[in-house]
Amino acid sequence: MSMQAKTRRPRLTRIWRAAALPLVLLAAWEASTRLGLVDPHQLPPLEDVVARGWSESRNGDFLTALAASLGRDLAGFAIGAAIGTASGLLLGFYRPAQSILGPTLRVHRQIALFAWVPLIAVWFGAGEPGKIAFIALAAFQPSLINTWRGVQEIPDRFHELAAVLTFSRLDFLRFVGIPAILPAIFTGLKAALIYAWQATIGAELFMTIAPGIGGVMMQGRQLFQMDLVLLTILLLGLVGAGFNTLAGLSEALLLRRRTS
Amino acid sequence: MARAPLPVSLSLQRLVLQNSAALAADQHAALLLSGFHPAPTGDALIGDALVNRQVQLEAWDDSGARGHEAEGDQAAIGSLDRINAAISDWVGRNVGRVLLGLSFPLILFITWQASSLYGWLPDQILPAPSLVWQTLQERIADGSLWDDASISLLRVLRGFTLGATAGLALGGLMAASRKLHDYLNPLFLAVSQVPTLGWVPLLILLVGIDEGLKNILVALSVFIPVTLGTYQGIRDVPHGYREVGQVLTFGRAQMLRIIILPAAVPAIFTGLREGLSNGWQTLVAVELLASTEGLGYQMSYGRQLFQLELVIATMLVIGLIGFVFDFLLGRIENHLQRWKVAA
Repeated sequence: MSMQAKTRRPRLTRIWRAAALPLVLLAAWEASTRLGLVDPHQLPPLEDVVARGWSESRNGDFLTALAASLGRDLAGFAIGAAIGTASGLLLGFYRPAQSILGPTLRVHRQIALFAWVPLIAVWFGAGEPGKIAFIALAAFQPSLINTWRGVQEIPDRFHELAAVLTFSRLDFLRFVGIPAILPAIFTGLKAALIYAWQATIGAELFMTIAPGIGGVMMQGRQLFQMDLVLLTILLLGLVGAGFNTLAGLSEALLLRRRTS
Repeated sequence: MARAPLPVSLSLQRLVLQNSAALAADQHAALLLSGFHPAPTGDALIGDALVNRQVQLEAWDDSGARGHEAEGDQAAIGSLDRINAAISDWVGRNVGRVLLGLSFPLILFITWQASSLYGWLPDQILPAPSLVWQTLQERIADGSLWDDASISLLRVLRGFTLGATAGLALGGLMAASRKLHDYLNPLFLAVSQVPTLGWVPLLILLVGIDEGLKNILVALSVFIPVTLGTYQGIRDVPHGYREVGQVLTFGRAQMLRIIILPAAVPAIFTGLREGLSNGWQTLVAVELLASTEGLGYQMSYGRQLFQLELVIATMLVIGLIGFVFDFLLGRIENHLQRWKVAA
C-alpha cells in the first residue's frame, strides 16, 4: 500500500468521524429542548444561544471583555515567561545557582498555584496588579522548569564537540547551547501560555470583578443566563485553541532549520 | 509504506540478555553489600567454580564480565576500600548539596524574621514566622487542621479515582482502536481547550455548589492528562516489543499484562502525576471559591479576616500534601519499573 493512498483516502472519513459525535450531541440538545425534555433555564434552545452570541458580538460587549482578558493574560505571560526562561537558563548553565535555588524552586512547584491567590491579593491588591502578578506566577513555573530541563539534557557529545572545536563559553551558547534548548524553551512557553490563560480565568473569578470574560461568566451565573455562560465557555475554548495553534505555528517557523 | 520488520529473534535475544545480566548484577550487589561470600551459584554469567571476590566485584562493576583470572584477596580488599571511599565521597558531596540547597530558604527565613523583628512590614501584610508557627500548632492541637485536611484529601481522592479511571479507560480505548480515536479525539481535544475553572459557572448552575461540583471539576482536571498519557504511552510501545509477544504467541490479555502495560508505565505515570497535581490545584481553587470547609476555605476565611498567618500556615500544609502526593506516585512508579535495566 502506498503512503499516498493511505493518507488521502481516510482524510474525508476522518473529518466525518471527527464531526460525528459533536453533531450527535448538538442534535440531542436540539431535540431535547424541542420536545421539552429539559428545563429551558438549564439548557436553553440552540437557536437562543446562537442569537445571543450574534447580538453580543454585534454590540461589542464580548469583544471588549475578550480584549480586557487577553491584555491581562499577555501582560502576565510576558512578565512570568521572561523571568522564568531567564531563571531556567541561569539555573541550567550556572551550577552554583542550581545548587542554591534548585531545591527551593522544586518545592515551590508543589504548592498549588491557586493557594497563592489570598497572599497575592493581600500583597499586590485584588485589582489589576494582583491579577497580573498571579498570571505571571502561573507562567513562570512551566517556562522555568522546561528551560532548565532543556539545558540539563544537552547531550554530552555536544559538549565534547564544542571542546574539540575549542569554543569559548559564549560561542558554545551561541552555536550549540541555545539552538539545542530552543525546543525545550518552546515547550515551556507553550505550557506557560496555557497556564497563564487558566490563571487569567482564575484571577477574574477570584479577585475583584473587572471587565473580562470571567466577569461576564459570573454575571451570567448570577442572572441565571445559561446562554451567556455557554457562550463564554465556547469563547474560552476558542482562545485556548487559538493559543495552541499560534504556538505551534511559531514553533514550526523558528525551528524549521532543524528539519532541513 | 510497509515498515521492515525487526529481526524478532534479535530483539528477543536482547531482552533476555538484558534481564539475565541485570539479575546477575543485582544478586551480586546484594551479596556484596551483605558482606557475604557466596558459594558458587552456578550462574551462567560467571560459570566458574572458583569464584572469588575479585570476580564478583568485576561482575558488579561490569555485568558483561565473564570469566576472570583470580588475582588474590589483596585486590579484593582494595576494591572494597574503593567502594567505601566512593560511599563516603558520595555522602560528603550530598551533605554539601543539601546544605547549599537549604541556604536559600534559610536566607529567606532570616529576612522574614528580621522584617518582623524590625517592623519593616505590618503584620497584616507579613505576619511573624512565630505567629505562623503558633497558628499551625494551635490548629494541630485542636484538631481543626486535621478536619480540614481530611475533608480536602477525601475530596481530591474521590475526584482522582473518578477522573483517573475514566482517563485510563478512554486513553486505552483510543490507543486500541484507530477508529474510536478518530471519533472521540476531536471532541476530547475541544473539551481540553477550555480552562478547568471556566466550567465553574456552568456547573454551579447545573449541580449547585455541593460535593458534586468538586467531584466533577477535580475529576475533569485529572481526566485530561491521564487520557493523554495513557494514549501516548500505549501507542508509543516499541514495535519490537509487540513482536516479541507475537513470537511467544501471547493472547490479548497476556500481551497487555506482560508487554504493553509495563512498557507504557512511564507515560501513564506522567499522566497520573500531572493529573493528581492538577486535581489538587483545582480542588484548592474550588474550595476558595465555593465551599464552607476544607483547606481552601480556611485560606479564604483567613484572607477575609486579614489573618495572613492562617493563610500562610494553610499554604504550607497544601504544599506539603502536594509534595507527598508527587513523592508517593514517584515511588509507585519506581516500584512498577523495577524490571527496567538502567540505561
